[in-house]
Amino acid sequence: MSLNRRDFLKLSGAGAALAFTGCASQSGAAARGHVVVVGAGFGGATCAKYLRQWGPNLDVTLIEPNDNFVSCPFSNWVLGGLRSMDDITHSYDKLPKHGIRMVKDSVVAIDADKRIVRTQGGVSIGYDRLVLAPGIEILTDSVKGFQEAEAAGKVVHAWKAGPQTALLRKQLQAMPDGGTFVMSVPAAPYRCPPGPYERACMVAYYFKQAKPKSRIILLDGNPDIASKKALFMWAWNTFYPGMIDYRPNNAPLAVDGNKMTVSTEFDDVRGDVLNVVPKQRAGTVCELVGARNDSNKAWCTVNLATFESTAAPSVHILGDSVQSNLPKSGHMATNHAKVCAAAIVDLLAGRAPDPIPVVANTCYSATSGSTAGHVANVYRFEAGKGYVSQPEGGATSTGDEANFHYAESWSQNIWAEVLG
Amino acid sequence: MNQTTTLIAASLIGLGLTSAASAADRHTEVIAATCMSCHGPGGKSLGTIPSLVDLKQDDFVKRLQEFKSGKRLSSIMKRHAAGYTDAETEALAAYFASLQ
Repeated sequence: MSLNRRDFLKLSGAGAALAFTGCASQSGAAARGHVVVVGAGFGGATCAKYLRQWGPNLDVTLIEPNDNFVSCPFSNWVLGGLRSMDDITHSYDKLPKHGIRMVKDSVVAIDADKRIVRTQGGVSIGYDRLVLAPGIEILTDSVKGFQEAEAAGKVVHAWKAGPQTALLRKQLQAMPDGGTFVMSVPAAPYRCPPGPYERACMVAYYFKQAKPKSRIILLDGNPDIASKKALFMWAWNTFYPGMIDYRPNNAPLAVDGNKMTVSTEFDDVRGDVLNVVPKQRAGTVCELVGARNDSNKAWCTVNLATFESTAAPSVHILGDSVQSNLPKSGHMATNHAKVCAAAIVDLLAGRAPDPIPVVANTCYSATSGSTAGHVANVYRFEAGKGYVSQPEGGATSTGDEANFHYAESWSQNIWAEVLG
Repeated sequence: MNQTTTLIAASLIGLGLTSAASAADRHTEVIAATCMSCHGPGGKSLGTIPSLVDLKQDDFVKRLQEFKSGKRLSSIMKRHAAGYTDAETEALAAYFASLQ
């Protein structure tokens, strides 16, 4: 089966009214064309919504293999017992009301010259602009023994929220009091810089309630706490003294799911529950257009004012897959998406995109069952410099109840913004 | 409010979320949309974070200026308010007022 834009218009019943105008040259022209968005996470779903909002004449197709959206932000709260899997699982059902055509499938090939994507289900879909928002690919073969231990259900990364989050929660619940939880963190760049340290807080919070003789060993591939250092040091000293053994410069080399050990170059560390987060790279679909083109062939370089790939014309890349100084956060991905949607609408209407977009990041981390802290920055794009962080941006050095309530409200609002 | 800002505000109120926005309008629309990641779609918040559509235009500007100067204490908003120019703040106020 092959679906080009004309077929899509037939399917959507809009074909008679719409003529394809490509890049109309007059200012004020409406953007027309077919934009295909791959991945309905924070970046992709937001981009699809805003493409339709700012380009109401655009045809937008959103391709996503999963039945539901499971939020990585707040998945650590599940490990702490503050939220359930149901709380962080949300439906895609409201997206079609924006005029977005949802396709439940995976993209397996892209012909960038002919501008066609092909799906696992055998459908070919033509596009005028393509947006790739796949999130991360976790390099499970970068830690010896991980794939075997993962397949046996003994060791998880739980760095994509979903079944592994639920399994890790079960493993923690089954662990006897006095046991040891070993978590390993990759060297930056990785998804969600404060995530590992928030996870340590949440697991410690759970242990303090349910099994207070237990302890946590945090093996960090980084030379120091990579994000919100003051906040997490404050939380560990205030709420969990003696519980968290933090070891910087301890990248994992191997894991053994039978002996239940994580090996670094210094030591074999035994635990009752092991949580190994391997290093990552841009989502697999990016490789289909050769877009993993940074110096390590891991992340995608883009024009940061439009998020168009420097490797593949008419292909835009959003979110964690992008190489930049912006943090790899879900919140940031929603704002990549807005800049990208605006740029695509303008490009398809024959207008120049805004050359100086401004974006912001806001990220809350829970430090206990009633406290949280944040980091927030505004970034202004400057030609030749990229996104420049503005004065006054930064992180809280301690947590409080107000930030905990703001964090809860943030989750409700951003989920509604992405999916509502 | 300077002339440019007034024009932006007038066009936003007149056209709403138009597909034919000028680059200046789009600049404001994108920043406003980034506000919504915390303050909720359309600036209508669920929970503790304040809604933005309930603010009068002048109050919006005054509040952001006071966050920026530190006259008004805030948890997080000084970090955000300080990142925008006065013209952007005024255009955002007009934009959110237009959504009411």
